Amino acid sequence: MDDVSFDVYDGEIFGLIGPNGAGKTTTMECVEGLRTPDHGRISVLDLDPFRDTYKLQDRIGVQLQEAQLQKRIKVKEAVHLWASLYNKKTSEGDRLLEQLGLADKRNSWFMTLSGGQKQRLFIVLALINDPEVVFLDELTTGLDPQSRRAIWELVRGIRERGKTVFLTTHLMEEAERLCDRVAIIEHGRIIDMDTPERLIRRYCPERTVVLAAADPTAEARFRSMPGVEEVAAHDGLITIRGSGEHLVTEVIQCLSENRIHVTDFRTILPNLEDVFLKVTGHSIRD
Amino acid sequence: MLRGLLKLTWVEIKIFFREPLGAIGTVVTPVLVFILFGWLGTHIVPERSLAAGPGLRIDVPVFAAVLIAINAVLSLVAIMAIYREGGILKRLRATPLRPQTILTAHVLVKLILTAATLTLALMAGKRYYPVGADVPLVGFGFALLISTWSILSIGFLISSIVPTARFAQPIGAVILYPMLVLSGLFFPLDGLPPALRALTRALPFTYSVSLLRGIWHGDSWAMHVGDVAALAIVFVICTALSAKVFRWE
Repeated sequence: MDDVSFDVYDGEIFGLIGPNGAGKTTTMECVEGLRTPDHGRISVLDLDPFRDTYKLQDRIGVQLQEAQLQKRIKVKEAVHLWASLYNKKTSEGDRLLEQLGLADKRNSWFMTLSGGQKQRLFIVLALINDPEVVFLDELTTGLDPQSRRAIWELVRGIRERGKTVFLTTHLMEEAERLCDRVAIIEHGRIIDMDTPERLIRRYCPERTVVLAAADPTAEARFRSMPGVEEVAAHDGLITIRGSGEHLVTEVIQCLSENRIHVTDFRTILPNLEDVFLKVTGHSIRD
Repeated sequence: MLRGLLKLTWVEIKIFFREPLGAIGTVVTPVLVFILFGWLGTHIVPERSLAAGPGLRIDVPVFAAVLIAINAVLSLVAIMAIYREGGILKRLRATPLRPQTILTAHVLVKLILTAATLTLALMAGKRYYPVGADVPLVGFGFALLISTWSILSIGFLISSIVPTARFAQPIGAVILYPMLVLSGLFFPLDGLPPALRALTRALPFTYSVSLLRGIWHGDSWAMHVGDVAALAIVFVICTALSAKVFRWE
């Protein structure tokens, strides 16, 4: 890790995003007190994760990447065990199991749960002490799209209960839909940090409009518009690339002024994935 | 944190019995071996003491007790390695649970199982080893707990170092069984060459066997203060070392 520095605000969902091996988990484990950094200072809830590890652990909830429980521990045993480890007396266990759709799995062994169920159980365990900050490391990796969406909904629910969420992900869609702010990390360095919208506006101001128009004059008209950088026609589809938020409006105005008949119209907006490509020079999947 | 310790210990005991092979290996096998020896002793060897040949002498109860202890240690080594490899230790560590508490829970589980296995063995073997008033059972159980506790710390040290679960049990066996051979259980140590004899003095089993055998045969505890002290030293050294080298993941 190289000079990583960031603040996470109360009540937000903060995401550390980057490819595998970028240092997301290492950073998170330092903040949780599971790993000791070589140098630097970390403060969580006004506690030092190394000196006050147990005090801190008592007030946070943690979900680790690729964690397991004892194969033959029952769901309810895990929940009761975890509940007994924290100072705060809590009777949340059953309600959480209910809420995360695990109520009918109370007597099942951990090894018999599906990937999604295990992940949801880990969320229950991370929330069992009514923590002030929740850490979620690659929460939805390996889950099908449906479970993934269900879990996103849960994470939003955590924020609505006034908790702070600190998560890592290499899924840009997840970060964009879930996070209030993200930090892009690569090779142990934070490249930039902001809300997803602002990052997109900053790095990827370009807009793309794709439309289907039979009018032979259309292409030339788009080409002469201000802000347009590239117009390409292919198979009856015209792709217009340009920058600035006004591009879409201007295209629509142009269509209407010239009474160009359009049979299809869509806009392509850049996303965090494009931002990542722009700032690192390569795709997150490389 | 006592609540967490007791809860974890109880959960681990339940989990242990849900794994049939582990339970059979740790609890049933020693009991069966104990009975088998007893049966052999009464039916094959007339003197019932299993003095199979000159120089070879086995106190079956002591042998069974040590076997129980070794089983407990090997199973501890395996469980620790599996828990580490599977990320279970790490997940437990990301709670206010202290490392010592997690380890203590596992030691407690093994001690409880050791005591239970010994009780079972003695009950099952009553026919062959009539336990008279001259055998201080409570004392013997206590001696076994001290021995196991001490040998468990060697197990900790092994499980702190072994890289993967696959190696844990074989490495444990390779380290423990030779110690057992040189423990004085099978042949008297007095006849060994000086170098080997010095080596046996460095091995904890020597002291467990001496302690267990002594107590079984009615020695007073005062005669075995040295054994207990040696076992305590082994415990302290191994615990300190494993605290230094223990890896959570």
